[in-house]
Amino acid sequence: MFRYILQRLFYMLITLFIIATVTFFMMKMLPGSPLSAEDKLSEEQKAIVLEKYGLNDPVPVQYLRYMGGLVKGDLGVSFAFDNTPVTKILMDRMGPSLQLGFQSLLIGSFIGIILGLIAAVFRNGAIDYTSTIIAVLGSSIPNFVFAGILQYVFAVRLEWFPVALWGGFEYSILPTIALMIFPMATAARFIRTEMVDVLNSNFILTARAKGISEVGVVFKHGLRNGLIPLITVIGPMAVSMMTGSMVIEQIFAIPGIGEQFVTSVTLNDYPTIMGTTLLFAFLFVVIILIIDLLYGLIDPRIRVSGGNS
Amino acid sequence: MKLKNWALLLAFGLILSVLAACGGGSSEKPSDNAGKGTEGTATEGENVLNFVNGDTIPSMDPSLATDEYGFQFLGTTMEGLYRLGENAQIQEGIAIDHTVSDDGLTWTFNLREDAKWSNGDPVTANDFVYAWQRAVNPDTGSEYGPYMMNGVIKNATAISTGEAPVEDLGVKADGDYTLVVELENPTAYFESLTTFGTFLPLNQKFVEEQGDKFATSSDTLLANGPFILKDWESTSNSWNLVKNDDYWDADTVQLDKMTYEVVKKPQTGVDLYEAGTVDRAPLSSDLVDQYATHEDYTVEPQTAMYFLKMNETRNEALANTNIRAAISRAFDKEAIVNEILNNGSLVANGILPSDFSRMPEDSPEAGTDFREVNGDLVTYDVDAALEYWNKGLEELGTDAVELELLGDDGESAKVMGEYLSNQLSTTLPGLTVTLKNVPFKQRLDLDSNMDYDLLISGWGPDYLDPYTFLNLFLTDGDNNKMGYSNPKYDELINATTTELATDNAARYENFLEAEKVLFEDAAIAPIYQKAVAQLVSPKVQGVIVNPFGATYEYKWASVGSAE
Repeated sequence: MFRYILQRLFYMLITLFIIATVTFFMMKMLPGSPLSAEDKLSEEQKAIVLEKYGLNDPVPVQYLRYMGGLVKGDLGVSFAFDNTPVTKILMDRMGPSLQLGFQSLLIGSFIGIILGLIAAVFRNGAIDYTSTIIAVLGSSIPNFVFAGILQYVFAVRLEWFPVALWGGFEYSILPTIALMIFPMATAARFIRTEMVDVLNSNFILTARAKGISEVGVVFKHGLRNGLIPLITVIGPMAVSMMTGSMVIEQIFAIPGIGEQFVTSVTLNDYPTIMGTTLLFAFLFVVIILIIDLLYGLIDPRIRVSGGNS
Repeated sequence: MKLKNWALLLAFGLILSVLAACGGGSSEKPSDNAGKGTEGTATEGENVLNFVNGDTIPSMDPSLATDEYGFQFLGTTMEGLYRLGENAQIQEGIAIDHTVSDDGLTWTFNLREDAKWSNGDPVTANDFVYAWQRAVNPDTGSEYGPYMMNGVIKNATAISTGEAPVEDLGVKADGDYTLVVELENPTAYFESLTTFGTFLPLNQKFVEEQGDKFATSSDTLLANGPFILKDWESTSNSWNLVKNDDYWDADTVQLDKMTYEVVKKPQTGVDLYEAGTVDRAPLSSDLVDQYATHEDYTVEPQTAMYFLKMNETRNEALANTNIRAAISRAFDKEAIVNEILNNGSLVANGILPSDFSRMPEDSPEAGTDFREVNGDLVTYDVDAALEYWNKGLEELGTDAVELELLGDDGESAKVMGEYLSNQLSTTLPGLTVTLKNVPFKQRLDLDSNMDYDLLISGWGPDYLDPYTFLNLFLTDGDNNKMGYSNPKYDELINATTTELATDNAARYENFLEAEKVLFEDAAIAPIYQKAVAQLVSPKVQGVIVNPFGATYEYKWASVGSAE
């Protein structure tokens, strides 16, 4: 097990290295410079300012310089936020996105699993259809539509929640609900389909024959098997939730990382583009690793190290 | 082993349910805090205004700032030699007055002795010397320093290109409270330049102490203006401005505090406005219809001008003056400002905006708006357009012209491009316009490489003088980039900074004449003058809108009655 994790960590480094390289060269193909007043400056003045930031050097030289810094854990200084280290931008902006992503993923998939379970147990009944309709609506209506409706109804009209901005926990409730619709719908659909299958399989019949209570059958034998496909999709979903949603962050005026990422691309803020991309990539590979380890936890048949041989 | 796994799974489930419970449980009480941001107003006797800001403040370093918000908050927290008051009148700042030598090249400013930095140090002439040298020093990496100072302050150009030491800059301290500035050429508008962010003073000791951290947070900033920036870091989405009690003119300042929250979506800003959380919210054109009848609806005219650049070097049709004259008359500007922009923007029939520059005192039309004196130089006129068009086609010996219209992907840029290309192709027979929308940065690239036929472009003034618009079209000017060249135009404009530089009335005569030449040549096709529609609470009183630099001036602002 330990060796396996070490091996995986090594691959993770290679993956990150490749992502950093590809992103760097693709980013350098973006039109324009990071100068914010470039429409006002003469070519000569532009060249002088770019020189100061080392942007007149050939791209491979810039690449080596960046990677050199990266190895030492230096993500550089933002071009858009003057003199602000990229690590500080990431740390400041990651908090709200992580919190929202975490809350909505956990609550969303929890409710989704319950919905899916109920639908599977009472399949083809009214409850099943209701839950299916919720799931289909949830995965087909974009979250910014939900966000707009939630904001209008619960904040502007009813005044139960703050309209927008970022303060205490109450400011996170509406965005969390808007964001959790998708994981909820996804979880509900996966769990229902899988549980219907599982509950019809022979080992469930055996379990029932042994006289295990229905609750025991569903939760102990059924759910454990039904969770596997969900876990496969929950990984990438978790990453996309935690790296923030530009639209939701703009609607609720939340200082998150998703919005920052898009802004940095439009401003050609090279160090911040690299920093955010690498952070997202890092989260992704870490979560994939966690998911792979979770598989083994849930289903011993997929245990990674080949048992305890 | 099996038991352990189950325990883990159970723990996972527990976390889930606890979090779910949190979510449900606390949803009952948040209304207590719903009024965040307005809490200040509750305090008896405190004068507080709450605002939204369209974005973060990327820089509070006067040498590095380039954007609207940087200059806004620099202007509010700091003070240069002078400050702009109502109707862009120059008001006392750190300088009490100044004298100009007969040749117009040496300006001597007398500084007040009671101005202090927020750390208690006095504001001295050396603070200006240091700041201005820093702005043109190539090691600083400033964009606006060379842009604003080159060709204005003596030796700035040579210093910014590394050919002369910074000490050669034409700004010297004569004692602590006299600042002597030597100019490259007589500059009639220098007084207004001194109000601009790039010309603000800096406390050398403090800046050097802070090093790379300078101006990255409230703790690494010094104020010498009406307000102090609090609770700010460069990535902050909210911050406060509080009254600076050590400001030399603190008695004039009535506001105790202003709060700011970054809100990028206009709809969100409006919702916050309706909830009473903020006192001013900008409206995008899609929101105007809904709020145009709102009692707090206001339109704020600004000074940025938008126009079509016509590149004379890539497509031979555009090298023909008649073709350009036809294009500049062939689209309905009224419909653009009313239907597409829908925010109070004005039709533009010249390149100088209205309510920007007034004729100088010793001219016959003293005090009259420049735009009014020169009138409409090019208007929407289908008949005239067709006449020019046919003449142009005849000269070219063709009956079909294909042009590419380049625009960026900004808010209304796409609709604007579609509208323009449609209007042009329907009004002018034989004209095919293909639309190309690219990201803003790419548009700038294509612009500076002159790789376009028609381009939707905009320009905001950097100082209070027609020269800020009219120098754009000098032959081979840095921002011309469309191959326009007319020796007569160059002569008229260049004379305003050389032999006529000290005769303002004559300068303005030249500006009037040059603008006419520009449109006789149909160099550009003006579209509109920008305005901003917003909801402004009656609480917001006495805020001055500046024609350039910091958008708003709060020194004289106050809190009115909410009803």
